[in-house]
Amino acid sequence: MRREAPRSVADYTPLFFPALMLVVFFVVPFSTMIAVSFFKRNPSGFYTPDFVIDNYARFLSVFFGGVLGFSLMLAVLVAVCCVAIGFPFTYLLTRRPRRVQTLWLVGLLSVLSLSEVIIGFAWSTLFSRTAGITNLFVAIGLMDKPVALLPTFGAVLTGMVYQALPYTILVLYPALVRLDPTLLEAARTLGASPVKAFFNVVAPALRNTIVATLIMVFVFALGSYLLPQILGRPQHWTLSVLITDQAIYQSNMPFAAAMAVFLVLISLALVGMTLLVGRRENAL
Amino acid sequence: MTATWLRRLYFTVVALFLAAPLIVVAGVSVNSRQELTFPPVGFSLAWYAQIFTDPEWRLALIHSVTLAVCSAAIAVAVALPLAWFLWRRIAPWANIFQVLGLAPFILPPVITALGFLSFWATVGLFGQFFTAIISHAIFFVTLPLVTLSLGFASIDRSLVEAAATMGADDRTVLKTVVLPLILPYLVSGYAFAFVLSLNEYIVAYMTIGFTTETLPIKIFNALRYGYTPTMAAVSIFFVAVAALVFGSIARFGDIRRLLGAMSSDGS
Repeated sequence: MRREAPRSVADYTPLFFPALMLVVFFVVPFSTMIAVSFFKRNPSGFYTPDFVIDNYARFLSVFFGGVLGFSLMLAVLVAVCCVAIGFPFTYLLTRRPRRVQTLWLVGLLSVLSLSEVIIGFAWSTLFSRTAGITNLFVAIGLMDKPVALLPTFGAVLTGMVYQALPYTILVLYPALVRLDPTLLEAARTLGASPVKAFFNVVAPALRNTIVATLIMVFVFALGSYLLPQILGRPQHWTLSVLITDQAIYQSNMPFAAAMAVFLVLISLALVGMTLLVGRRENAL
Repeated sequence: MTATWLRRLYFTVVALFLAAPLIVVAGVSVNSRQELTFPPVGFSLAWYAQIFTDPEWRLALIHSVTLAVCSAAIAVAVALPLAWFLWRRIAPWANIFQVLGLAPFILPPVITALGFLSFWATVGLFGQFFTAIISHAIFFVTLPLVTLSLGFASIDRSLVEAAATMGADDRTVLKTVVLPLILPYLVSGYAFAFVLSLNEYIVAYMTIGFTTETLPIKIFNALRYGYTPTMAAVSIFFVAVAALVFGSIARFGDIRRLLGAMSSDGS
């Protein structure tokens, strides 16, 4: 049965329910959020309909500029760490037997599905003085007494790399598992060592994949909202944390919405870039 | 073979990094004292029992499971006809719905969550439990949509053609050929949505967090008043459920294919 163009209204029936759900519960809420970003805050309730750009103007302050700069820097750092660890790892994983791959994929999916709350809780336990990793160092004589490793920037970074690493590996997996093995064989036949073949043949061949993955992980890391709160100090808070904070604790929905719209624009621009990079790869 | 040893070391380090927080949390969860200590003092499964016996934790568990069961079902109900239509028909503009189905998952979650918050608040339904079910369903529709699209792409069209030639109409083909072939993809799509929904925090928090607690919300709220071993037990419980579900998918299906490996290469 080949694909056919729909001829009658009845042919469109399967589309009704999905279209209705996605429009009513995704497009409409999304538009509502954009509308709210222009509303006026109402201290007694949520907000009152209006058309003001104060919410955006407030965003252009030094403070929020700093937060934005920090968020972007942190997300870049997380993306670079994850791809640096994840790319060679994924490559080696795809060369392993089926069973080994399956086992790892199950483990990675399990970690990926963990709630940010649990990841935050787990790392804050690991970094704590009472139940932390430093107790282990004391036990084997590396340290004199246990210390707390949080709240620090390092703790935030570690937690976020932990959260994003399974995602990175699973994003890289399809490209690497489909990599043409003859490419590597040719390099090996010509006398390249496995490491040399990896850096001179595999990595350059997948340059666009690497760039696309960096951007995807960057957007993923940009969405982290609990880890900076649990593992860091207020100066480590990111844009996502501020949005949550404004929406829930400050009850300032319009301002939260304005920041969210801004975050959407950044993310969309970046996702658009990955699509462009991907398209160029396919054209090759 | 130094290369083999290096690879083993690298794999071990990554495995340790991924497992370390879980090992510590697992250790804490079997502690016999009412505080977080590691290495654990004594051994007790009391904290696991508390998830089911303490009324607050049990209620949170029931909320989480109800939410995950219902929202994953709706997510599949949205994804299945859409994926089928895109496979069966040529209607390029219909791809816009595919983009809409993928978007909630690609954008930072706080955005989707805030969209739901402003929507439910505007229509005056904010805080009702069913709003969280619908929100989760839309948030996770991406997962069954991706697995089902993969499933449809894997169907050999000549098989369907043969059925049609022998006189089967669209409905019969769907029921006797297409649905059995994509059933594994449907099940794994449901499972993915279920597990992620169980663990989801921000969408639930922004829709029902002020009225109803799910397990992640309960853990987060409990975090503010200090740590208890029950939180550790819940965390391990979550990991176990996820590992069990994904393990079953791997056991009964091809998880490598679901994650993007071609089935034909055999590697």
